[in-house]
Amino acid sequence: MSDHAAEIVTFDNVGLRYGTEPEVLRDLSFTLFPGRFYFLTGASGAGKTSLLKLLYLAQRPSRGAIRMFGKDMITLPREQLPAFRRKLGVVFQDFRLVEHLSAFDNVALPLRVAGVRENDLAKPVRDMLEWVGLEHRIDAIPATMSGGEQQRVAIARAVIGRPALLIADEPTGNVDPDMAVKLLQLFERLNRLGTTVIVATHDINLLRQVPDSLIMRIHKGGLLDPTGALRFPPRPEPRPVDWEDDV
Amino acid sequence: MSKPPLIGRSLVRDLVPFGGRRAAKLVPRARGSGPMPWVIAIMIALTVMAAAAGLALGNLVNRASADLSSALTVQIVEANGERRAAQVERATELLRGDDAVASLRVVPPDELAELIAPWIGSGASGESIPIPSLIDVQLAGAANTAEVARLNALLVDDIPTARVDAQSDWLKPVYDALAALQYLALALIVLLAMTSAGAVWLAARSSFNNHRRTVEIVHLLGGTDRQIARIFQRAVTIDALLGGVVGLAFGTLAVLFIGNQFAALDSGMVAGGNLAVRDWIILAAIPVAGILLAMLTARITVMSALRRML
Ligand SMILES: Nc1ncnc2c1ncn2[C@@H]1O[C@H](COP(=O)(O)OP(=O)(O)OP(=O)(O)O)[C@@H](O)[C@H]1O
Ligand SMILES: [Mg+2]
Repeated sequence: MSDHAAEIVTFDNVGLRYGTEPEVLRDLSFTLFPGRFYFLTGASGAGKTSLLKLLYLAQRPSRGAIRMFGKDMITLPREQLPAFRRKLGVVFQDFRLVEHLSAFDNVALPLRVAGVRENDLAKPVRDMLEWVGLEHRIDAIPATMSGGEQQRVAIARAVIGRPALLIADEPTGNVDPDMAVKLLQLFERLNRLGTTVIVATHDINLLRQVPDSLIMRIHKGGLLDPTGALRFPPRPEPRPVDWEDDV
Repeated sequence: MSKPPLIGRSLVRDLVPFGGRRAAKLVPRARGSGPMPWVIAIMIALTVMAAAAGLALGNLVNRASADLSSALTVQIVEANGERRAAQVERATELLRGDDAVASLRVVPPDELAELIAPWIGSGASGESIPIPSLIDVQLAGAANTAEVARLNALLVDDIPTARVDAQSDWLKPVYDALAALQYLALALIVLLAMTSAGAVWLAARSSFNNHRRTVEIVHLLGGTDRQIARIFQRAVTIDALLGGVVGLAFGTLAVLFIGNQFAALDSGMVAGGNLAVRDWIILAAIPVAGILLAMLTARITVMSALRRML
């Protein structure tokens, strides 16, 4: 095993520009360790979504090196990317639900893509929708759902496959505070089962909900590093991870 | 519920290709599915009709020219009736002796008189106005120029007034006109086929644009290019299949209807324009080509769009 195996994600001097615009992300160097819970905060337009896009493999960086799951993502052939995307759970800022599919089918989508049999996926999908409080909306299509309901479907879809890395972009932006706490519990629960979590948010209250979370602050495309160390956040103390805690 | 439900670790995360019902659900058929089947149906129907017309015209020309191409007419233009009869006798003898001649028939003077009556009046007889004698000759082979010249030479030595003509020469202008029509039909088919191909191409692309967001989402959820191409291709194929079947049905109905109208004319010449089994196979291949093209377009469109995504 290489020394990268302990890290889920490593960014090294990563920069990103859209087209010929100036860089929206610059000199990003950080590491995400397995089993940790990260918050990504920063003002609107600071570059949170852009950073997450690099993480969920929707965008290649304009410069720098990115390693994920021990593989160099820059040189990895395109055909191998789907296998990596299946290790990720993503809550998109704009939800990206398939508009002609019901809540059930949207949540089932990643499982179907991964080849899970219908018999095996029906119950977990129902249970998950019940957990996010949508048992009565199971056959509704996104157009008939409220913003908060759509967001909960998006979250259910992101966590249903128990991803190795959960990437959530403003996952509680459209729900009431109680639901926000409940959804965060879902992320924490997943985190205790071994999933590394990174949540982009403006919501300071949310940060307090997860006690030993790590906070990454981004400002005008660069990570703020209060400690002055090259990597942010600094390597955390080992934290007990209950990998064996299974459902 | 105190604990959130999470699916077990047993989840298959391999790259499994998926098809059938599950694939259908990813890009389900929207209501009506848009104008694509109808565009394809109309183009296929028009192409089928033009192709049927071209094929029928081709058959007509081939059949008639095959009948005529081995036929010759020998004229004996001798004013003196007695000498003419002797010359006809001699010509028949010479022709019967020739290997190339399959059969011959001396056109009886009555028949000739009847033929020319409209021009010179029925009262006319062989005495007042000399009428040439005609011999219809059917050759075993083709009545090409060389053969005509050879027989001409054979006869002219003995009978200076004999003249040999290929019968197709008489009808040449008619066949030239038909051939021109055939080229017109061919040009029409080519144009229609190109337009159909364009329509299928556009329809497949517009259908892709309707599903672009879905394709992006499935891509980001870890769908492989092949998985995505397959589900989309499937949707387009169903549309094209529907359009192809409806188009072929309409085109065939129109062809059969027009065919019946022409059959009612009961003319020997038009009957030569019937469609053979081979022609029907060609017509049936038109929608098949349309469906294949739609599938190919769908595949190229979706694959090139996917390659532009990471
Ligand atoms: N596709 C794009 N093309 C060009 N510029 C873009 C694109 N996406 C984002 N940007 C720009 O990049 C910068 C960072 O945007 P980003 O979406 O990452 O911000 P954010 O931190 O997620 O903001 P918010 O909190 O509002 O979601 C912004 O200035 C934005 O205008
Ligand atoms: Mg954002």
